[in-house]
Amino acid sequence: MLQIRKAPIAAGMLFILIFPWAADRIPGIDHYPDVMIFAGIYCLITIGLSLLMGYAGQISLGHAAFYGIGAYVSGILTTRYGFDPWLCMPIGALAAAAVAVAVGAPSLRLRGHYLAMATLAFGVIVNIFFREQRQWTGGPDGMTGIPGLSLFSFEFDSILSYYYLVWGIVAAAFFFTIALIQSPVGRALRAIHTSEPAAAAMGIPIARYKIFVFAFSAMLASLAGSLYAHYMNFINPGTFDLFFSIKLVIMMALGGMHSIWGALVGAVLVAFLSLEWLHFFEQFEILIYGAILLLVTIFLPEGLAGLPAKLLERARRPS
Amino acid sequence: MRHPWFIRAAQRMNSISFATQVLQFIVTGLTVGAIYAMVAIGFNIIYNVTEIINLAQGEFVMLGGLVMVFMHVSVGLPLVPAFLSTIFLVMLVGIVMDRLGIRTIRKPSVMTLIIATVAVSIIIKGVAMLLWGKSPYDLPAFSGRTPIQLGGVVVQPQYLWVIGFLIVVAVGLTYFFNRTILGKAMRACADNPSAARLVGIDVEKMVLLSFALSAAIGAVAGMTMTPIALMDYDRGAMLAIKGFGAAILGGLGSFPGAILGGLLIGLIESLGAGLLLSGYKDAYALIILLAVLFVRPSGILGNLQVTKFKRF
Repeated sequence: MLQIRKAPIAAGMLFILIFPWAADRIPGIDHYPDVMIFAGIYCLITIGLSLLMGYAGQISLGHAAFYGIGAYVSGILTTRYGFDPWLCMPIGALAAAAVAVAVGAPSLRLRGHYLAMATLAFGVIVNIFFREQRQWTGGPDGMTGIPGLSLFSFEFDSILSYYYLVWGIVAAAFFFTIALIQSPVGRALRAIHTSEPAAAAMGIPIARYKIFVFAFSAMLASLAGSLYAHYMNFINPGTFDLFFSIKLVIMMALGGMHSIWGALVGAVLVAFLSLEWLHFFEQFEILIYGAILLLVTIFLPEGLAGLPAKLLERARRPS
Repeated sequence: MRHPWFIRAAQRMNSISFATQVLQFIVTGLTVGAIYAMVAIGFNIIYNVTEIINLAQGEFVMLGGLVMVFMHVSVGLPLVPAFLSTIFLVMLVGIVMDRLGIRTIRKPSVMTLIIATVAVSIIIKGVAMLLWGKSPYDLPAFSGRTPIQLGGVVVQPQYLWVIGFLIVVAVGLTYFFNRTILGKAMRACADNPSAARLVGIDVEKMVLLSFALSAAIGAVAGMTMTPIALMDYDRGAMLAIKGFGAAILGGLGSFPGAILGGLLIGLIESLGAGLLLSGYKDAYALIILLAVLFVRPSGILGNLQVTKFKRF
């Protein structure tokens, strides 16, 4: 994690760059760039979660709420008050961060997994508000007419342009997070991750760092929500429910909680699973997710990101 | 013009006296609260022995209700055999969960264990959906549905069954944990697993027992609540959230706290839905819970020292 190898990053960026071009030429998957937009939006959330789960060692069961806060702040401010969509993104992110500090501060000062409970309860409450505050959110039916994004008279209205926009933002978040991990803040986070008592003994304010990471992950989720709202032009509360929070946990577990690469891989895989591959198994969808989550937790605790190292080790020691 | 909530509430019930109405909400709230208290007790049993927060606890309740419907209505077993066989089956699910889902984890950290319980809960929910479909099921009340009138307040006989079973569970567990060797062994695991192992206690067996016991109590909660509130495959998550909320409100790990927390959450919910906006029914108790976490993070009866020095 400490050493950032350049080769995988270059390969990943090349893949993202040529993916729409390649998908267009392979029959049957020419609509995959559309799925990849959602995958990119999920990636933004899981990058934040990888800091929270991998470094702060805390689990959030309510991140769908922050995703929803971003989407609804964008939706409400643009459709009802005529705000510029670009302005809504930082407003939503700041709102999400403020809420995250309020929810996270009391529970993160305790040891243990009070944050899991606080976020679980918080996610349910926020979803109820989305459903019930009809005059603001449109209630269970949701809200329509959210404008798309444009920049200097360039409209991000095609799948291709939105694809590059979303993945550009994902890349920015990715590099920012890597820079963060390598900064003094990141050093403190790594110390907390290695041993909390030792970090505390060295004078690192553990609770404050955990709250910071939680707020940062909430901001990324909110940004993802804004991007979702401006792409779909329509939002409803069902998108931001408890099951989505659990899907985020599945993305993290599948990809690997301790690696930012794992966060990306898990998000892309679950995006394709939920939007493409599990369509035919609707009855079994919940069951399949549960089975994936349990099997990964039992047999692949490091997630898919831990797989190469594991295989390498096995290859080196053939016994 | 919108009046304040108490005027609107008063207008809504101009025919019945306000006091009677409030009393009715309190009776309903205590009943619902007794269910939450049983879920919270189930959380505490597993938490005390293993420090796992078993988020599949709500699925035990859901299974209890649906298996009871199957045994009592579909198979046609009489009440008592159906009741006992349901407890047995759900206990079996709890045991299988521990064996296949929890003990097989190679690097158990609290986070992976929580995730594993989430996984098990989705699997149980998915299986229940395949077996019973998405429609809710009713169960005949244990002793009929002729309501008892108590000075204008309507009490369903089933309410008494629910509260009665909470008392039975509480008294039974108090006896079990304080007076029996097995119960004391389980408490020893809770205090210090390594020391418990040194004095010859089979910790693995105690963990298994805690899952079986929690599943059984969850099943009792599910069976007693189904005649009042129906049951469908999707109930587990919300029940787990409320029950866990009750456990934290009362102080995680404390049994009197679980009962107090459960009854409080039931009361807040019932009074909130009755007197304020009913759409926010599920939110009131959780908002209070977050507020309590804010001012007194250890819960009402919890001990902050204990909270701080738990192993994880």
